[in-house]
Amino acid sequence: MEHPLTTEPPLTTETPETAEVSSAIQTKQKNTRRTALIQKAVIYFLLTIWALIVLFPFYWMVLTSVKSYGAYNAEHIPALFTLSPTLQNYVDAFTTVPLVGYLLNTLIFTAATTILMVAVSVLAAYAFARLEFRGKNLVFTLFLSLMMIPSELVVITNFVTITNLGLRSTFTGLVLPSVTSVFYIYLLKENFQQVPDELYRAAKVDGTSDLKYLWKVMIPICRPTIVTITILKIIECWNSYVWPRLITDDPAYYLVSNGIQEIRENGFGRENIPAMMAAVVVISLPLIVLFLCFRKKIMSGVSRGGLKG
Amino acid sequence: MNERKNKLISEKNHKAWLYLLPALLFLIAFMVYPLIDVLIYSVEEGYNFASQTYFGVGGYNFSYVLHDPYFLQALKNTFILVVITVPLSTILALLISTGLSSIKPLRDLYQTIYFLPYVTNTLAVGLVFMILFQKTEYTDGLVNLVIHFFGGSSVDFIDGPYWAKMFVLCFYTIWVVMPFKILVLTSALASVNPDYYKAAKVDGTPKLRVFTRITLPMISPMIVYLVITGFIGAFKAYSDAVALFGTDLNAAGMNTIVGYVYDMLYGDSGGYPSYASAAAIILFAIVLTVTCINLLVSRSSRK
Repeated sequence: MEHPLTTEPPLTTETPETAEVSSAIQTKQKNTRRTALIQKAVIYFLLTIWALIVLFPFYWMVLTSVKSYGAYNAEHIPALFTLSPTLQNYVDAFTTVPLVGYLLNTLIFTAATTILMVAVSVLAAYAFARLEFRGKNLVFTLFLSLMMIPSELVVITNFVTITNLGLRSTFTGLVLPSVTSVFYIYLLKENFQQVPDELYRAAKVDGTSDLKYLWKVMIPICRPTIVTITILKIIECWNSYVWPRLITDDPAYYLVSNGIQEIRENGFGRENIPAMMAAVVVISLPLIVLFLCFRKKIMSGVSRGGLKG
Repeated sequence: MNERKNKLISEKNHKAWLYLLPALLFLIAFMVYPLIDVLIYSVEEGYNFASQTYFGVGGYNFSYVLHDPYFLQALKNTFILVVITVPLSTILALLISTGLSSIKPLRDLYQTIYFLPYVTNTLAVGLVFMILFQKTEYTDGLVNLVIHFFGGSSVDFIDGPYWAKMFVLCFYTIWVVMPFKILVLTSALASVNPDYYKAAKVDGTPKLRVFTRITLPMISPMIVYLVITGFIGAFKAYSDAVALFGTDLNAAGMNTIVGYVYDMLYGDSGGYPSYASAAAIILFAIVLTVTCINLLVSRSSRK
């Protein structure tokens, strides 16, 4: 596109004075651009340092896991890389300690807890968001106030309850107290309320039952939130340590957190750090893969108020 | 007609409770009842777990816990951990997320990396920190090597002097809590109305002034939120310590209040739910007090 003014002579005639001023402005601009550039470089440098601090433990765990037992123990000065990687430690981790068992237990525990949690939360959130009943506001307020209760307070009685019911070292005992999540019910209820009332009325006119409406309309519309809370719960379950530790004495029911602690304390018969690191890699990998697949979802879910632990 | 409508409502009433029932059952059994029960436990003196009997009612459990040297050690450890990690991690997260917001290329990559500790198993990765800091007969460990390089003498951070152990614990705790704080602050920074920055640019306001006069006030609610949740989280520290020092935290002298509660409940030193309850209630009282102080301070400073 051509500017109509470009053909005309310049409006201002350059005198030596204005030329001086404009060159001064130019050098000033150059200076500010240079300081901006330096600033950017410093910011990138500092951000990279923190990124290295975050990544280094991961690098070290993978590196150590591929060093052979002999090579690792011969290194008085730990080497920052290895030229002869081995997978022997992974074989050891899977054969000499019940790592597969720990992983399977965690998988069962995570699946059962998450499915139950989603089912219970969806039903409760639906009742709060869509149905009318007496005392709804009061019950909801009581629900919300439960969010402030720290798990440390209730874990003592739960421990006694589960012990008295004879449910120690069972999946029932592991799963039941881990199901409830007031926060997720709250999150789902907020989302359910955004579904327009008209849809509900139309469905009622068509004679759709409440349950069918929930299943055919609400859940499909709110799927993103349901997926988010599912993933957050999976992360929580995979990393849970305190409750499983209290309730399982039998190593056959250990989850990965307890399993790795058991490996550390009684492990491979001798201090076999490379094999231990191989186990750590195997335990960490599923969640990291999950995270890389659902990065956006997990991060937006967590920023809405997921707190670890 | 009216009767029919009433009938319809009561039927709906009845149905809604049905939807609510599973959640209510779970919450009552595993949250409401335990909450009441823990208060009862804490005042039952001489409770015997095996026979489920007790001698009387009173404040003995609290006085026992408050005189237990292990509890006092746990209290001290927890307070040091809180005082060091909460301010440090919040300031660090503020710096990092400010830096992150001012760049465009690679921002997603950095954000992804910074979030990684959140999705890792605290117990598992704690072992990596242990071998990085540990000093054994075979090797001084990588961190000590770096210390050597700068002319220091090596320290055993895992089994050595108290402050070395406390340093690792604080370091690891900060490493673990940073992802959440960075994430929350980055999204808070992104939600500040850009018009303010444009106006400041037109006025030629220096960057530091923009930061203290515009950015900080705009995101201060989020900072308050992070400080409060940070305090609560740090007071409940436990698994980080287990990851680094093993399950016998009393022997390592690195127990935390939550660790004390669990030790009283279970394991070699366990079987005392009354003492555990008393300690848990003391913890809850501390957390509640600190949270209230935080809220009061933040409210009065905003006025």
